[in-house]
Amino acid sequence: MIEVKQVSKSFNGQKVLFDIDHVFEEGEVNLIIGQSGQGKSVLAKCIVGLYEADAGQILFDKRNFTEMDRYERSNIRQEIGMLFQGAALFDSMTVEQNVMFPLQMFTNMTKAEIQARADFCLDRVNLAGRNKLMPSECSGGMQKRVGIARAIAMNPRYLFCDEPNSGLDPKTSIVIDKLIRDITQEYKITTVVITHDMNSVMEIGDHILFIHQGKKWWEGDRHSIINATNPEIESFVYASSFMKEIRSQLQKKAQ
Amino acid sequence: MLSVVFTRPNRWRFFWKHTFLEIDQIGINSLPIVALMSTFMGAVIALQTASSMESPLLPDYTVGFITQSSTILEFSPTIISLILAGKVGSNVASEIGTMRVTEQIDALEIMGVNSLNFLVLPKITAALVFFPVLVVFSMALSMFGGWLALLVSDLTTTEIYILGIRSFFNPFHITYALTKTLVFGFLIVSISSFYGYYVKGGSLDVGRASTQAVVSSSVAILIANFILTQLMLLS
Repeated sequence: MIEVKQVSKSFNGQKVLFDIDHVFEEGEVNLIIGQSGQGKSVLAKCIVGLYEADAGQILFDKRNFTEMDRYERSNIRQEIGMLFQGAALFDSMTVEQNVMFPLQMFTNMTKAEIQARADFCLDRVNLAGRNKLMPSECSGGMQKRVGIARAIAMNPRYLFCDEPNSGLDPKTSIVIDKLIRDITQEYKITTVVITHDMNSVMEIGDHILFIHQGKKWWEGDRHSIINATNPEIESFVYASSFMKEIRSQLQKKAQ
Repeated sequence: MLSVVFTRPNRWRFFWKHTFLEIDQIGINSLPIVALMSTFMGAVIALQTASSMESPLLPDYTVGFITQSSTILEFSPTIISLILAGKVGSNVASEIGTMRVTEQIDALEIMGVNSLNFLVLPKITAALVFFPVLVVFSMALSMFGGWLALLVSDLTTTEIYILGIRSFFNPFHITYALTKTLVFGFLIVSISSFYGYYVKGGSLDVGRASTQAVVSSSVAILIANFILTQLMLLS
């Protein structure tokens, strides 16, 4: 469980996050949604410590991350896996070496154990046998899956995914969403996904936080968001004509 | 930044592995350009000196002596370092800058890796270890180039040139040259790493950072050269 308490953040005097309070639940896929430029990524980066929050507290299972020094944070971060928007694979390493990297860096596992763990993680994301490929030889979807394999290599307690479906076709997006949901449920981890993809929201949104103008605007789940009456959420959810069409169909049925 | 760079590496095995890779990348890969530059510059220094020697009062071995002293004191440590600032500096800044804009550095940080230490310390160590080797190599090739040019032009004999090379040789000049090289190597890698690590934006900004790294490293080398010469040769 990750608790965010009264977190604020400014850049060059311009406030982008306003006193955010939220709890990201364990064993659930927690989504942070909102339009571009509303502060979703800034909030996530504050939580993992890539940005320093100006005020407030971030607690990882009651452990106050904001008060920790560099060494203590490093220990917490070994419990965090993160999938970046562009996958952020180390381009000088093969797929297998990318997955092995955190294990070699932070564990005392033997070579054989590391190899077995890397093979398991790659198998888990349906990339068995692709060990020796370089990231440049992988498609966007494959890179994302390698990113997930690397993120879960250390058996993380917390998984962060920054726009995991950006740049992917709808079918591959569903594969990635399903993978994130399965991993979350299988390992009972706290997963936080930043997205503005409504397909993902409907597919995996167990617990949704809607950010608007840097403020916590709404929270709920994928069922309640459909019926939310808040105008900002309505304009977000029903931005596409496809979703508008679905809504009118539902309304007709209801009548 | 440097206080974070000079901390204990997470894994020594990774540190040594990266240091050897960096020695190959920024050291051994620089051998061809250093060899080419040194040979031709040594040849030009010898020929220019020989062409300027009109006074019969100057002994014949002066050409060898001037080639030796200008090579050891200035040409090899400073000019080669300026060339390396271009080659190595741009390489370091663009490599680290690209890692920054593609979020690879963020990925390292999220894993709990001290990214500055992981990326920069092996590069600084490699530069401190291998730049002196490059400069000694450059000194030897420069004097060889001078000998070859004089021999081909029939301006002196091998015996007289070697006599000049050995005349008034001061071993402290080698210490001075290698001290300068160590300082220049440190400046090139740390300044370039700084520009790469703190780049913001996209590929255009990486290119800009790379150019700034080369310019700043070169200026730093010239200033450090002046200060070190004052401190080591004149005080």
